[in-house]
Order: sequence, then structure tokens, then C-alpha cells
Amino acid sequence: MTHTNSLYQEVILDHNKKPRNYGKLEQPSHQATGHNPLCGDRLDITLHIHDDQINAIAFQGESCAICKASASLMTTAVKGKSPSQAEILIHEFRELATGKLDINNPHQLGRLTVFSGIRDLPTRVKCAILPWHTLHAALNSIAAVSTETNKNSTTSANSNPA
Amino acid sequence: MMRSATVSLQPQISSALDVDKIRADFPILNIKVGDNPLIYLDNAASSQMPQTVINRLVKYQTEQHANIHRAVHYLSEVATREYHQARCMLQQFIHAREEREVIFTSGTTDAINLVMHGYGRKFLQAGDEIILTTLEHHSNIVPWQMLAAEKGIKIRVVPINDRGELELDIYKKLFNSHTKFVGLIHVSNALGTINPIKEMIDFAHQHNVPVLIDGAQAALHMVINVQELDCDFYTFSGHKMCGPTGIGILYGKANLLEAMQPFKGGGDMITSVTFEETIYNEIPHKFEAGTPPIAAAIGFGAAIDYLTSIGIDRIGNYESELLNYATELVSAIPGVKIIGTAKHKTAVLSFTVDGIHPHDIGTILNQEGIAVRTGHHCAQPVMQYFSVPATSRASFAFYNKKTEIDALAAGIRTVQKVFQ
Repeated sequence: MTHTNSLYQEVILDHNKKPRNYGKLEQPSHQATGHNPLCGDRLDITLHIHDDQINAIAFQGESCAICKASASLMTTAVKGKSPSQAEILIHEFRELATGKLDINNPHQLGRLTVFSGIRDLPTRVKCAILPWHTLHAALNSIAAVSTETNKNSTTSANSNPA
Repeated sequence: MMRSATVSLQPQISSALDVDKIRADFPILNIKVGDNPLIYLDNAASSQMPQTVINRLVKYQTEQHANIHRAVHYLSEVATREYHQARCMLQQFIHAREEREVIFTSGTTDAINLVMHGYGRKFLQAGDEIILTTLEHHSNIVPWQMLAAEKGIKIRVVPINDRGELELDIYKKLFNSHTKFVGLIHVSNALGTINPIKEMIDFAHQHNVPVLIDGAQAALHMVINVQELDCDFYTFSGHKMCGPTGIGILYGKANLLEAMQPFKGGGDMITSVTFEETIYNEIPHKFEAGTPPIAAAIGFGAAIDYLTSIGIDRIGNYESELLNYATELVSAIPGVKIIGTAKHKTAVLSFTVDGIHPHDIGTILNQEGIAVRTGHHCAQPVMQYFSVPATSRASFAFYNKKTEIDALAAGIRTVQKVFQ
């Protein structure tokens, strides 16, 4: 394989092929749908949050490999963490994907840095960020988000804090 | 070489294109993407510009630029003359009766909006119906939806079959006494389907319904004769025809253009202005408010000159060869499905690969230097018909080579290997 496929590394291909935490939780405490109208990608994220901890998280949807792998890795990264810890990861991942994060400085992303190559592909940054964007919306009780609007839709907030 | 007693039956076609010679006209085809030479297969989105057109733009800016239709000085006269000349070239290119039937617009979208405002808002009313087709680009859907919402107009849609061809029988059944306008794409940008527009225009005219043709994907690939077609409006963009962005034309029959209201108000579109009354200018000026993109129009004229010197027929024939070659090669790859298999097609190959999202295909092909378009191609109704969120689309131009299609096929196999 050529060096040019550095983005499509083993970890990403593996999580695309065998996504972890794929599906939908019954009676989630938090949930949101993310949408990228540019490519039609769509992602549903459901969570159980109890005692300030993400006990369970699942995602499902139609998307490209980058988006699916990002979602899969995200679910494994935030499971067991508190919403505020998840928010830190969300922030750091966004910074990573947009090339603003210096990965030599301390960060909590761990193997999520496999996505660092995405910063060289501006058209694909949104694919990697969509799951994180959607998680942020779910944690903040925003039912639907789009990568193409700054204004989040709050028409039907869908959170039932436990 | 072994000599054969039989005479070779392969004729030397004098009209065949010398692709290497043509490629030398396009400096951008020499660039590299990373370590790979560029293989540009996104021509349906925008075509590349030959050196002669680039030179023409430079000459205009270097020696001929001033505002047009304004001053008595030398440069203004030159610019006005060259701008007028560009209009005349477009008129001849589409075989329009008169040059005043050619309006310069910023592109196809702008032209369709012009007709929606200038004709639709003036002549259509509540209860009327507009016929569009499933194959339309969003630019020939959304303006009419805006009009429909404003006026209470109904939009009726001609469906397609599994090959991506319009259902003509249903088209004919959609007409009734309320039908007042037809908007029709000549060639589908998403699938390449060439629609039988002559037959469809004739049928609409039997019901006294005017027809607008979106020719953005057609005009580079086939000879357009608006008088033979008898279409009421025809539009296309310069940048899809080796010209600059920001320029296109709307052809309209003179009597219709004269009856229409202006789209934009401003300078140059008036004969006289007082605060009590403004008298609009004659066509085409009535529809060209403000300073037009003079350089782009002149560049468009130069592109037309270039294309004409090669011959649109020869371009179309060569591109058909490319399409046949590509269709055969790509459809032979297991797991690849070609979307859009109309009998009459331009050189557009939309496809899906089992289990692999078009954006991943596009990114990996890009890493091989191959530029294709991935997404819904601003034709979401087409995607919905085929139940896919998006496709990958390779679209060929007369400067593409068969070896580039070989590279595309190899690239698709590489994509499949990555996702094995």
C-alpha cells in the first residue's frame, strides 16, 4: 500500500469494518442525530448517563469509513467517563482534526490521534468531526445538529436526565 | 513488423482527435497531485481552460479593459466592441436568429432565476402548473419551488426508469389546461442521460407551453441549434465549456424576452430614469443591469472559438469512445455498479462500489492523483430514485485519454483492496 493511504490506517479500517457499540440503546437518557448535508451522512447517538457517568453509548447510521471509525473509537473513548471529561475529548478532537492541536503537548486523545492526518484533507474534516459534534449535542440536550449550521436546532430537545 | 497480405480495413479517420496535441493546449493538465500526475475526471463540475483562453483574458486586461457602453474614449470603445463580439460568437454557436436573444448571465443558475423572475413572476399565477423532471439539477428545481410557494403554483415531476431515462408517456400525461411552463435538463449532470428534448419541446408547444432547457451539461458535447429545437429558453455556463467562471448565457426568443419583466434593476438596463418613471432598455440590455463580467464574457467568446476550431461533433464522437471504453472497463470490476445506463449518454460515469462510501472512494482516488466528484451532485431526487445517498462520478472531456481511464479502473481496485 502506498504512503498516500496513511489516513486509512489499520485502526480506522478495523473500526469501520467492525464498529464497536453499534446500534441503539433502549430508553436512552440522552440522544441526538447528526447530519452532514454535504454528503448525506447521518448518525444517531444514544447514551445512558447516570451519576455523572456515561454508562452506555451506542451509535448507528449511514456514513463513510472515516465517520464510522471516528464514531466507533469515540464510543470506546468516552464510555465510563463523565460528561465533562467527554467534553474535553470533544474539544481536543476538534482541535486535532482542524490542525490546531499540537500533539506533542499533553492531551487525552490516546489512539484517537490516528485521525491526525485528516487535517490535510479539509473536505473530510467534517466526516471525522460529525460523531463528536453529535455527542456534544446529545450531552447538551440538542436533538439534531448539522455540520452546515452554527445554529443548533433546539426544536425538539430529547433529553430525559435520569 | 510482419506484413500482411490483407489490406488493413482500419480507416484513417481524418476527423479523429489528436489528444496529445489537444492536451498540450491545457497547461493545468501538467500539474502533479502529490507524486502523481493529475488525472482530471471532474469535467461535468467544471472543465479546464486552454492557453488561448487564458491568453485572451490577459490580452483583455493588458490592452483592452474599460467599462462598456459608457464613455466615448478609446478603451471603452474597444471593450464594448469585444464584449459585443463575444455575444455574436455565442449567437452563432447556438444558431440563434438574432444576437439580442443572447443575454449574458453569471451562469446557468442565474439564467434560470432570471426566467423565474422575468417570466414566471409576471405570467404565472395561482393554480398554474409547472412540469419539471426527476433529472433536474437543484438549480432548475429550487427557483421554481420559490415561485410555487409565492404564487400557489403546483410542480409536477416527470419520473425516470431504472436506466435513468425520462418516462415520456408520463410526461405527456402530465399536461392539462393548467400547465404553463416546462423546465427540462438537456443532459443529466448526475447520470449523463441525454433527454429527447426536441420531442418534449414539440409536445409542450402543442399545448402552447413554453420550455426552458438547462443545457449546462450539453453545450460542450453536442451541437446546439436553438432554432431547430424551437426551445423558448436555453442556458449554459462558460466554465463547463473551457471558459471562465462567472459567465453564462440565457438564450430566449426575442418576443418572450421583450414581454418579460427585468430581473435586476440598475445601470445599463434603462433608457431613461426619473423618480416618476423609468423606461427599460431594449433586450438584451434590459437583462444586463450593472457592469457585466466583461473579461469573462470575452474569455467565453475565446473558449467558443477554441471549441469551434476543434469541432463540437468531433468532441462528442471522441467522448463517446471514452464513455464506451470506461463503461466496459469499470463495469467489469466486481462489486461496482454503474448508476445511469441510458441508451443516449454523454461521457459521465456515475458508480457505486459495494460496501464503500463514495467519499472514501474519492479520497483514495485523489491520493492517486485522480479527481472525481463524490456526493449527490446537486441532484438529490436522482439519488433518492436509486436509493443511494451519493455516488462517485467520473466525467470525461475531449482532453482525457484512455490511459487515464485505465488508471481510474486501477484506482477503484486499489480502493477495494484498502477496504478488503
